[in-house]
Amino acid sequence: MSVRAAIIAMVVGMFAVTYLSRAVPLLALSRKQMPAWLRTWLSYVAVAVLASLAAPSVLVADGKLALHSGNVYLMASVPTLIVAARTRSLLLSVVVGMLCVMILRALGIGAGAGC
Amino acid sequence: MGSEAGSMMARGRKRNTSGSLVRFVRGARLAVPVVVGYVPIGLAYGVIARHSGLSPAEATLMSVLVFAGSAQFIACGLVSSGATAVGVVSTTLLVNLRHMLFSMSLLSRLRHLSRPVLAVLSFGITDETFGVAVGRFPADEPADWREVAGLNFVSYAAWVASSFVGAALGSTVGDGARLGIDFALPAMFICLLVMQVSSRVALLVAVVAGALAVAVAATPLRAWATVVATIVAASVGAALDRHRAERRDGHPGGPAERRGS
Repeated sequence: MSVRAAIIAMVVGMFAVTYLSRAVPLLALSRKQMPAWLRTWLSYVAVAVLASLAAPSVLVADGKLALHSGNVYLMASVPTLIVAARTRSLLLSVVVGMLCVMILRALGIGAGAGC
Repeated sequence: MGSEAGSMMARGRKRNTSGSLVRFVRGARLAVPVVVGYVPIGLAYGVIARHSGLSPAEATLMSVLVFAGSAQFIACGLVSSGATAVGVVSTTLLVNLRHMLFSMSLLSRLRHLSRPVLAVLSFGITDETFGVAVGRFPADEPADWREVAGLNFVSYAAWVASSFVGAALGSTVGDGARLGIDFALPAMFICLLVMQVSSRVALLVAVVAGALAVAVAATPLRAWATVVATIVAASVGAALDRHRAERRDGHPGGPAERRGS
């Protein structure tokens, strides 16, 4: 098992910048009273983050906007969205989404693409 | 459970002090969809790390210390193209700046905890554990740290273990794509998003964030997509909220709202 010193230095650097970006806001602000505007702003961060993670994952393929029926993720996201809205169950949404992708691929739609 | 059998009576009396394991397991169960998504990505990361010239130990070490999928994939690409450590670390910083938003956003659920506990829990903040945490732990309510720890630790363990297996094997295991496993995390984000859309303003914020993220993701600035989209969309939401509150309270500056009191 070889571990090179230069790689360790790089990985430790990656750890430092990642950990600091995770820990500093929580540790620095946990004992402070936040102003009302900041609390209102933060209340919209979660929905904004989730939309900005979900939208590109289904609408962008290979760095390009993919609004066509060959985009398996886009097709599968419709039933996933419906199940999510009806049941609010994470597991059920994930299972239905995966099943749809599996079926679409078995039908030969979006072969080779979609990842 | 078995080792605690003798304390069944005591447990009934002091509900809050016992059952740490139960709480941890409850949190661990929340991690199930995250684990389903992490395993294939972790395996793929391990394989790619080997192909970009990292040893199995180095590839696993990166998962142990960094625990951030997209940054680790990018680092592999940079290493194989001969980038310097400084280049890799600064790119990692850029890609992972969004964690500051997650961390701030979790404040309302975690601020009651001690600093050492926060220091440990914050290591486990990722896109996925953050998404599940905001979906499962109500805002402005103190979350049980053992449940958060269960969620974060099980997700972390799945990431490290699958990275190690991928790196040790060094070649793709089976064809996960045929089973649709690669859609697990997008599907999870879709459901978590639906759970967050609780008002018209929230829906508008989601549409603005999604559109902006897609627009930025199609440019070379894609590392900034989440950060830019989140900051702009949350600001739009906060501004709208304030505008509405002012109209409701009868402040000047907007037409009177009919259904206002």
